[in-house]
Amino acid sequence: MPTLAHYLYVSGALFSIGLLGVLLRRNILIIFMGLELMLNAANLSLVAFSRFHPGLDGLPGYNAQVLVFFIITVAAAEVAVGLAIIVALFRAKQTVHVEDLDTLKF
Amino acid sequence: MSLALFWIFAILTLLFAVGVVVFRSPVSSAMSLVMSFVGLAALFVTLDAFFIAVVQVLVYAGAVMVLFLFIIMLLDLRTEERRPVKLAAWAGGGIVLAGFLVAIARVISSLPGATNTKPEILPGLNDVAQVGVALFRNFNLPFQIIGVLLLVATIGVVVLSRRELK
Amino acid sequence: MNTLIAPWIILFTPLAAAAVILFVGRHSKPLSAGLAIGSAAVGCLLSWWLFLQPDPEEVLRFPWIAIGDSWLQMNLSIPIGVTVDHLSKLMLVVVTTIATLVFTYSIGYMKTEEGYWRYFAGLSLFLFSMLGIVLADNFVMMFIFWELVGLSSYILIGHYFRKDSAADACKQAFIVNRVGDFGFLLGILFLWAATGTLMFGDLTSGKGIALFAANPIYLTVACLLIFCGTVGKSAQMPLHVWLPNSMEGPTPVSSLLHAATMVAAGVYLLARIFPILEAAPHALDVIAWIGGITCFAAALMATQQNDIKRILAYSTISQLGYMVLGMASASSADVSMFHLFTHAFFKCLLFLCAGSVIVGMHHEQDIWKMGALKNKMPVTFLIMCIGGLALSGCPFFSGYYSKDLIIAWAVVKYPLLGWLSVATAGLTAFYTVRLLTVVFLGKPRGDQAKHAVESPLVMLVPLACLALPSFIAGYPFIEKLFFHVEEPTAVPHLLHPVLLFLFAVGVVSAFLLYRNAEKDPIFIPLFANRLYIDNLYDWLVKNIQGRGAAVLSWADRWIVDLFIVQIPSKIVWGSGFVLRFFQIGNIQAYAFFFGLGVIGLVHFLIFR
Repeated sequence: MPTLAHYLYVSGALFSIGLLGVLLRRNILIIFMGLELMLNAANLSLVAFSRFHPGLDGLPGYNAQVLVFFIITVAAAEVAVGLAIIVALFRAKQTVHVEDLDTLKF
Repeated sequence: MSLALFWIFAILTLLFAVGVVVFRSPVSSAMSLVMSFVGLAALFVTLDAFFIAVVQVLVYAGAVMVLFLFIIMLLDLRTEERRPVKLAAWAGGGIVLAGFLVAIARVISSLPGATNTKPEILPGLNDVAQVGVALFRNFNLPFQIIGVLLLVATIGVVVLSRRELK
Repeated sequence: MNTLIAPWIILFTPLAAAAVILFVGRHSKPLSAGLAIGSAAVGCLLSWWLFLQPDPEEVLRFPWIAIGDSWLQMNLSIPIGVTVDHLSKLMLVVVTTIATLVFTYSIGYMKTEEGYWRYFAGLSLFLFSMLGIVLADNFVMMFIFWELVGLSSYILIGHYFRKDSAADACKQAFIVNRVGDFGFLLGILFLWAATGTLMFGDLTSGKGIALFAANPIYLTVACLLIFCGTVGKSAQMPLHVWLPNSMEGPTPVSSLLHAATMVAAGVYLLARIFPILEAAPHALDVIAWIGGITCFAAALMATQQNDIKRILAYSTISQLGYMVLGMASASSADVSMFHLFTHAFFKCLLFLCAGSVIVGMHHEQDIWKMGALKNKMPVTFLIMCIGGLALSGCPFFSGYYSKDLIIAWAVVKYPLLGWLSVATAGLTAFYTVRLLTVVFLGKPRGDQAKHAVESPLVMLVPLACLALPSFIAGYPFIEKLFFHVEEPTAVPHLLHPVLLFLFAVGVVSAFLLYRNAEKDPIFIPLFANRLYIDNLYDWLVKNIQGRGAAVLSWADRWIVDLFIVQIPSKIVWGSGFVLRFFQIGNIQAYAFFFGLGVIGLVHFLIFR
């Protein structure tokens, strides 16, 4: 039987992979995908905690699942807005390469 | 049996996640992201979170990924030309990754009850109904606010993607 | 219509008119004038109606400030409410009636002037503020309207703000009033600290005075501080300097604000708190002396002025001195209010006549350039004579009754000040007749005097309307209608003959001296230079305030600016300059720093 630690390690690994994607890839779309991976890693640990800590009534902690539901909703909104921003950015700069987007620097 | 299923789906999820980062073509990255999410949904099923698993597949693997693919096609992104790898970026990434892994390992190893197996829960639960009850009874206001957030996001996207009228 | 709502309508109609004029009056002269006059007329009619009603049992009152609890050991509760009693109803009638007439007169006076709408908006705002003072039922509300009156006075004195002298005059009026108002505010706070209430009803009912019984010195100090407000607003010594200079404003403004109503606000304040004053005899002594000295000194200064409006301004100060003296010496506030009542009519009349002369002379105000105007402006001459006789205390004119009453009370209670005020009565007759003689009799002394023309009907009708009350307002049947005054007992038998004799001496001497004079036959530099008080203030401001300001300016530049402003700003700028180099503009570098930060946080927060 898998233990809580199994799930948490998977979640941590998933988060680290997402972070690595954000840190190393220079295509802004891939960076965005890395962010999605990180969000889902958090979801996984939330669901795992809810399953491994049932309430007094013997049911899993559904509040955590509601939180995951909210995260998914917000993430969907975030993706829509983020991608719209990327499109607008691409229209202005003709690039999705983050190293070419450095006008904010000193 | 359950442990075997866990390992299959965990490895599937992580492998495709690595694929997202490694593939050079954005379309390949997106497709492996879909697979990673499907694997994650399967992990949710092993945790008896059927509703979340279904939502995961519908929203992430479905809607969100379609959006990603649309944008990739809209921007007409080809496989990236190889740019010289920056040593600083790799070193930085390595440091942060190592730091994170150490932190996660330390947190999990010091977590009480981390090695517990899944406790028994009532069999034959109606998962969706339970989430629905929690959602509408305990989190009604946040639920309404999330609705407004989606509306705002919709309007925001429309405004953002409108071409400049001149 | 009922007595609950009527005071509020009277109060707020002028404010509404001012607001409308401010927004739309710019485009239409008749609209501005019509709105202002209409609002004043509505207030006038309602005031008379209210005056004829019995005092209402209850008034409308809205809670406004309510602070305090048992822990703080204090309780401050200030409503916005109105007082409707004999005193306020009387003032309402006086203020609104005179305002209506002056507003009407302004149509003629301001016809060719710039800023017509601004002028009428200012007048309406003033009317609102003045009615607020009259109706206020607590000190805080009165103070608010007190300041609003100061503001509208500032706006109206500075009507010709392109003229340096007018701009200076309005500033001076405002600043000098602030000195008095500061004392007034302190007095209000003092009163509240001592009694815990600021409602006129509570303070004057005996309950408030009883609260002072333990330490009467508090009462004296509070009364004197509140009297500071009167000194400022009613132009008593030593804060009288602003009133003559305020004559830079248009003449109807001088008439309404600086003669008839606004300057009477200080006297009205004293009447409001009269029961408290009566309990503080030492404060009354100070008030009597200030009033008496002001009354005499202002009359002396008036004898040597050459500007037609300034003569009247000093005579206003002098008459206000009478009223303040009357407050301190008489047994009831009605004695001074009676003089306020008659004075409002005849002084307003005199100023409006002066305005008529000024218009006829094409804005020449020096009386030594006038002369023989009685042929050119007969109506103005006749009416101004009525006003002048009322002012100088000619028998059977209104001023005679009210002023003699104050003098009688003063002679009984403060003999020295009383006889000083008797002497002032003679001086009053002298300078009034001097003014009338030089302006209207003799020979024309300039081209403008030769070509002067009578003013239009819109100006003469208000003059005629005011001439009637100036004449009869002192008669016993009117006095009985408005007041409950009583003669003091034990008046020296000599008093009335002496007063009549001094009046006759003043009139005859002035007439003979000035009948054919080409220039002033007497020259007394001390009086002509206003006892050098203005020069003294100039010197004080220049040397003491100016030096102090120089020191403070140095401290500001080299201490505050350098150590508190410049050095910290340079430090912030420098550190910002260094930190700027971390902004490399690469999103992944930021993510890297962010990740390091998160790792650090986890280690510090969880594993320490």
